Amino acid sequence: MTTSVATPAPTKSAPRLRSPRRHTPGKPRRSKLLTALMALMVLYTVVPLIWLVINSTKTQAGLGDSNGLWFAGDFAFWDNIRDTFTYHDGIFGRWLLNTLLYVVLGAGGATLLAVLGGYALAKFDFPGKRAIFAVVIGAVAVPGTALAVPTFLMFSKMGLTDTPWAVIIPSLVSPFGLYLMWVFAAEAIPTELLEAARMDGASEVRTFFQVSLPLLAPGIVTVLLFTTVATWNNYFLPLIMLKDPNWYPLTLGLSSWSAQAQTIGGDVIFNLVITGSLLTIVPLIAVFLLLQKYWQSGLAAGSVKE
Amino acid sequence: MRRTTSRILRGLALVSALALGATACGSSDDSGSEQKQVSAADIQAALKKGGTVNVWAWEPTLKTVAADFEKKYPKVKINLVSERSGDKHYTAVSNAISAGKGVPDVAQIEYFALGQYSLTKGLTDLAPFGADKLASKYTPGPWNAVSDGDKVYGLPMDSGPMAMFYNKKVFDKYKIAVPTTWDEYLEAARKLHKADPKVFIANDAGDAGFTTSMLWQAGSRPYKVDGTKVSINFDDAGAKKYEAVWQKMIDEKLVSPITGWTDDWYKGLGDGSIATLTTGAWMPANFTTGVPNAAGDWRAAPMPAWTKGEKASAENGGSSLVLPALGKNKELAYAFVEYANSGDGVATRVSEGAFPATKAELESPAFQSKKFEYFGGQEANKIFAESAANVASDWSYLPFQQYANSIFNDTVGKAYVSSTTLAQGLKAWQDASIKYGKEQGFTVE
Amino acid sequence: MTTLQPPAAAQPRSAPPPARKDRRSWTGWGFIGPFVAVFALVFLAPIVYSVYLSLYRNQLIGGNQFVGLDNYTQAFKDEQFWDSVGRVGLFLVIQVPIMLGIALLVALALDSGRLYGKSFFRITIFLPYAVPAVVATLMWGFMYGTKYGLVGDINSAFGVTLPNLLSPDWVLASIGNIVTWEFVGYNMLIFYSALRVVPSSLYEAAEIDGAGQLRVITSIKLPAIRGAIVIATIFSIIGSFQLFNEPSILRPLALNSITTDYTPNFYTYSLSFNGQQHNYSATVAIIMGVITMVVAYVVQLRGMRKGA
Repeated sequence: MTTSVATPAPTKSAPRLRSPRRHTPGKPRRSKLLTALMALMVLYTVVPLIWLVINSTKTQAGLGDSNGLWFAGDFAFWDNIRDTFTYHDGIFGRWLLNTLLYVVLGAGGATLLAVLGGYALAKFDFPGKRAIFAVVIGAVAVPGTALAVPTFLMFSKMGLTDTPWAVIIPSLVSPFGLYLMWVFAAEAIPTELLEAARMDGASEVRTFFQVSLPLLAPGIVTVLLFTTVATWNNYFLPLIMLKDPNWYPLTLGLSSWSAQAQTIGGDVIFNLVITGSLLTIVPLIAVFLLLQKYWQSGLAAGSVKE
Repeated sequence: MRRTTSRILRGLALVSALALGATACGSSDDSGSEQKQVSAADIQAALKKGGTVNVWAWEPTLKTVAADFEKKYPKVKINLVSERSGDKHYTAVSNAISAGKGVPDVAQIEYFALGQYSLTKGLTDLAPFGADKLASKYTPGPWNAVSDGDKVYGLPMDSGPMAMFYNKKVFDKYKIAVPTTWDEYLEAARKLHKADPKVFIANDAGDAGFTTSMLWQAGSRPYKVDGTKVSINFDDAGAKKYEAVWQKMIDEKLVSPITGWTDDWYKGLGDGSIATLTTGAWMPANFTTGVPNAAGDWRAAPMPAWTKGEKASAENGGSSLVLPALGKNKELAYAFVEYANSGDGVATRVSEGAFPATKAELESPAFQSKKFEYFGGQEANKIFAESAANVASDWSYLPFQQYANSIFNDTVGKAYVSSTTLAQGLKAWQDASIKYGKEQGFTVE
Repeated sequence: MTTLQPPAAAQPRSAPPPARKDRRSWTGWGFIGPFVAVFALVFLAPIVYSVYLSLYRNQLIGGNQFVGLDNYTQAFKDEQFWDSVGRVGLFLVIQVPIMLGIALLVALALDSGRLYGKSFFRITIFLPYAVPAVVATLMWGFMYGTKYGLVGDINSAFGVTLPNLLSPDWVLASIGNIVTWEFVGYNMLIFYSALRVVPSSLYEAAEIDGAGQLRVITSIKLPAIRGAIVIATIFSIIGSFQLFNEPSILRPLALNSITTDYTPNFYTYSLSFNGQQHNYSATVAIIMGVITMVVAYVVQLRGMRKGA
């Protein structure tokens, strides 16, 4: 629905083809100027995040009284976190668990389907193969907002609306995951290896699990991370599909809290919206940092480590 | 290759056609036909038997009411879903009605949006349940909004008679009298802004609800609705009165361009840079939670008049509870709506800060003498109740007001950010609304 | 589109050996079948349904009727629609080059080996990608505020009057900034990954030739990652044409600047959700889908041909 449709570029693997290389000719000198320029870029990146962190320390009254880029007199960070988790009988925790459920089933399933599909596109010739990707790209070009109502009506007929399935099933399709796995499988799995396995009489399923899957591992981690981000941040489709707040993901829950400020008699809780937003992005950032090594190697699979 | 593609597509078309079936014509149902009378005994029997009522409503006070109702009728379960309001709520209701599935048994609908649902036969007529006999309980504005001839499409839940909230501290500081007419208001705006260029008498970035309420008070009646015949005309004396004052407010930059209900707006209400707020009587609850740091600074006053001494008011906001035609458990649903909006629930809701639409509550001494701590102990309900009594009842909204309001800022909004005048903006709004009305099959003049 | 090649074609060097024709069988469907099935359900069926819808008109008064291609003729004459297409077109030709340009420069800087604290920069600049659009827009919306936001702070601190970033003249640029903030790091990572696998033999040759840094960049690095650039461009084009989240979340702060027909995707949303004009909305969406496909396809053809 946004530019988030962008995807990792084709990554080249086939480590067997390459030898170690130095980065550039000669030994590069480190440049202070270049580093300073990059520091500016980092500043641009983190200022909004700093705003979020600073403002998560304020009460609703403090938000009204103080400058946005500095702390208010009251330090309510821990209170805000406690209130976020206890407000409305602790529904935030429920939203967090829902989001995790959607990520495990949605992003996990999407990765599985993309791996299988990409493998098929890379390593098999079958009727309709060329049409598939053309149709996938074409379908992605149609604006999703207009498809929301038709999708809602269909899902409603099938009895899926207002159930977790209405969020999970659409998350299962990641056209870009498919694309990435296609490129990745094409390069990471030598066709000769498959031929050899087939000669030995291994079934296609067994070949896939025993020969191909291990070779695909870095690519799988990468796709999993990107589908996780997509599912974690999914907003529009759940908005249309879900009515019952007990099934909301975090994004939807936060937006409903934010909308309380626009409701007659509503409880204005910008402080919890801000703290909740921070709590929403922290796990994702943590996962990125922790798995950094894996997904970066997936993206640049096959390149020689520094 | 090409043949393969089209074969796949054909197959898919077939599959999806089967899956979709007759969804395209989902909405209209039998609600138009005569409904049989439902006696009080029928309702009592249903309450004894019990069941679940699905309620989609964001009104916060309904939580307690639902709990009380369940206590009173232990076999009935009220499933209250309240996380969505406004447009998102209506989207969900409309989608459910289109799908013909998952439609709530009770829904909250604001007065301005009722027309669309009643016109498309999406709502149950409550008259056969005895709702028509409740007319005298409500103030005329809200009752007029929910009833049409002998049909009753919902019971009024609250109302929003207009009042002017003002920051007394700011007015005292600059020794400016609180305006009682719009001309005085304009003068006060100039003085305030001159005294401190950071202070504005009001914020207005273009708000359909505010503008229509202003027109309502000024005597303009832009919308005339008779079934599917609609006329839209902003070129009347009332609209001219409004334009004359408000155009000056905009031209002289006396209104702050902050959009209502945003973070900045709440801040502006708190720090004295927005000195008045003319809106519905439901506002105190939002003041209390949204602007806690300005407790004691604010007071309520009657909405300024167009001529000195005139007592005319208008409504802003307010909503009803309705029974969608495709909902279930109608008897139970009606029992709940009646309890919440006409029975014991009203007192509960008023005690939690809701502003009633029922005469008994509005006129009760306990209600009128309630001291608002936020307003420095002022008995603000006296002002609100008087405003409610002075609302002209002959106003009507369009049967597609929801759409019209959604394009307000595309049209009238231009007057706030360009050289377009309010009159031109209103004309553009009129034209766009007429175009939509025609497209939707209305006879528009 | 049926001629679309596997993306590996962009890097002829590493193209996999073609699968042998005699193995052409239905086995592959066993692996791709699940993907195709779900895809058909959540993408194709709604599109097919939308095409069907686009041939009808459903009115509040008068009900549903078949109108043939009337909706399409209406759309081709619809100024609101074409204005919104023009707006995202402008967005596309300005924002996408800036975003990809910055991403490329950062990627080249990281790859140059001339930075202190390289991995810190890499991960920090990538972080915004993990921030949901809802939260990102909330944060930037605050910063844009002339009253309490960063802009307001700068104005009062330096006694200047910066333009109101949420006014009609500036809001498109403000949206562009949010999108750039969200996706620079992401595109940077794509380019950087592609750069890291440029074969060293190419550099060795350049070293022998005594080529300078700039020369290495223009004649070795950029051509080598052309495939990545083309793909990033295509997806950015699709993203621009489908611009929706940022303007819709920012709109409450800029009601008069961001109209309900601001982008084609916003327009289809408003038609459908405010106006209940599902049929016309579907028509506009289909036309927009076709336009997007054509533009993406042309870019792909041109990009690939130059590279070949």
